[in-house]
Amino acid sequence: MAARSLFDKIWDAHEVAPAVLYIDLHLVHEVTSPQAFESLRLAGRRLRRPDRTLATADHNVPTDGSTTAKQIRDKLSRVQVETLEQNCAEFGVPIYSIGSDRQGIVHVIGPELGVTQPGMTIVCGDSHTSTHGAFGALAFGIGTSEVEHVLATQTLQQRKPRSMRIRYEGALGHGVTAKDLILGTIGRIGVAGGVGHVIEYAGPAIEGLSMEGRMTVCNMTIEGGGRAGMIAPDETTFEWVAGREAAPAPLPLDEWRKLASDEGAAFDTEHVIDAAALSPQVTWGTNPGMVVDVTGTVPEPTGEGEERALDYMALEAGTPISEITLDRVFIGSCTNSRIGDLREAAELVKGRRVASTVEAMVVPGSAQVKEQAEREGLDEVFRAAGFDWRSAGCSMCLGMNPDIAAPGERVASTSNRNFEGRQGRGARSHLVSPRMAAAAAIEGRFVDIREWT
Amino acid sequence: MDPVRIVEGAVTVLDRADVDTDQIIPKQFLKRVERTGFGEFLFHDWAKEPGWELPANPILATGRNFGCGSSREHAPWALEDYGFRAIVAPSFADIFYSNCTKIGLLPVVLAEVDVKELMAAGHARIDLEEQELSFAGRQVGFEIDEEIGRRLLEGLDDIGVTLQLEHEIDRYEAERERTGPVTTTLTQ
Repeated sequence: MAARSLFDKIWDAHEVAPAVLYIDLHLVHEVTSPQAFESLRLAGRRLRRPDRTLATADHNVPTDGSTTAKQIRDKLSRVQVETLEQNCAEFGVPIYSIGSDRQGIVHVIGPELGVTQPGMTIVCGDSHTSTHGAFGALAFGIGTSEVEHVLATQTLQQRKPRSMRIRYEGALGHGVTAKDLILGTIGRIGVAGGVGHVIEYAGPAIEGLSMEGRMTVCNMTIEGGGRAGMIAPDETTFEWVAGREAAPAPLPLDEWRKLASDEGAAFDTEHVIDAAALSPQVTWGTNPGMVVDVTGTVPEPTGEGEERALDYMALEAGTPISEITLDRVFIGSCTNSRIGDLREAAELVKGRRVASTVEAMVVPGSAQVKEQAEREGLDEVFRAAGFDWRSAGCSMCLGMNPDIAAPGERVASTSNRNFEGRQGRGARSHLVSPRMAAAAAIEGRFVDIREWT
Repeated sequence: MDPVRIVEGAVTVLDRADVDTDQIIPKQFLKRVERTGFGEFLFHDWAKEPGWELPANPILATGRNFGCGSSREHAPWALEDYGFRAIVAPSFADIFYSNCTKIGLLPVVLAEVDVKELMAAGHARIDLEEQELSFAGRQVGFEIDEEIGRRLLEGLDDIGVTLQLEHEIDRYEAERERTGPVTTTLTQ
């Protein structure tokens, strides 16, 4: 048989019929599912595999410690969470809703529970489903019509996308993280660089990443236009999955070890990036591809789009990144809210104080991450420094709950999108790593984290 | 889904690249549990800019990588509810493109230079069956996946089509389905 890639192998194992892909796991949340359940109900169709479906409430939930949907003050948000709870009860879908000790951002709880495993196909009505590819799964976001299709058939109609491999040579430098690697990558390939492709990340710099780091990289695949991001499963993966509730025991290691791309597997597109040359990254504009090194300056606009971005961001070309001052810092989101992210940020924050001009918050990705962080005393570290310590949810990544930045406020954010209005109408977002966000909170402006540690 | 064959009429121009779904329909409007009524919130924030004009014509011509970002199907719902029947751009984000085809909002990929001419022409006729756009006295062909084109032309219900393969799915589950994880046995 010809050499096959990780992607080819998973695809082949899941093709039910030409261009019909079987789905091993369907994750569901409150925002993109109500219309799908409603259509299913109206058509009198059953939910084919509740045992392959898992729901949580994340986008709308307040992070103030509310424990029931009833406590959600915003009526529309409340109805949406209650609708999810009712739909799950009616169709027999397991759900971790607000107040559950397993609730959290859907892309944090999947891996955490061990339902995300190598070799699987995973979908969710959320573009950041690409996160789960960090485990050597084929995982991607779908729209509501497709959510309904999966609920009814456990399959998706899907033409096989093209494949891309991005190889990172060398090792990441001191203070340079997975977030910088993926932001730097999007800066190079552009926000549409991966359109139509499933991207495999490979090379020593990827192998050296923790699972948290790999999830950060795969998470932001969609920001480079990619359909899905994947990383070959290895010992780091197996060690992380072992012992989690839904993980098989013993792990089927013989099978999982065969998933990695074969020597000589063909890719439609290949890129090579020098990981050692990457610096901490800061976005300056209104999409994740508008990014520079922390040591750099706001660039001269090269077209109407960039001019518009500078105008929105209230920045002038030539301004050193280190002179940009912040009003808010947000540490959280499906990109960077796992225990490893919080540990990295806490390490920098310890014994320091948030600048008086900055409002800073930490939103753990899940109830379990929160609990773990509290066991380790990280909440105390953050609180003592002046951070607000919140409960789990998507929070200010997209501001569907009350965590919203005000018009004109400038935010250093560990999330994934710096689109206009994303964190609040008129709010100005700069995407950075958890360490860079923590340091920015302390200094009130961006600093090169490499000079700190 | 209603069949789509011909879309003809005036062309609305939104000459911006990388228009993301957060602009098309901002997050505060995603809280509704219905599928309808999103049109009035289309480009909610941009619509407040001085000089903003977006006539509700059958055709929207726009820039490359249209619909990037979030998977929210609310974006095509809003465009369709507003009155658009087809969107012409040099390229689309993958999930957005797929979402459009699921609701019968026709996405047409055309070379950037042709999109610019279409913008200038102001009126066009799109024939999906012939895979051809006519404007300003010229005809330009476009590509669309054969299966997607067929479904749009016939207005097929995707789920209905897949359920015709139900025995194949049954067989897959019996013979090839991966073992676990089983979500229904997780601790509640």
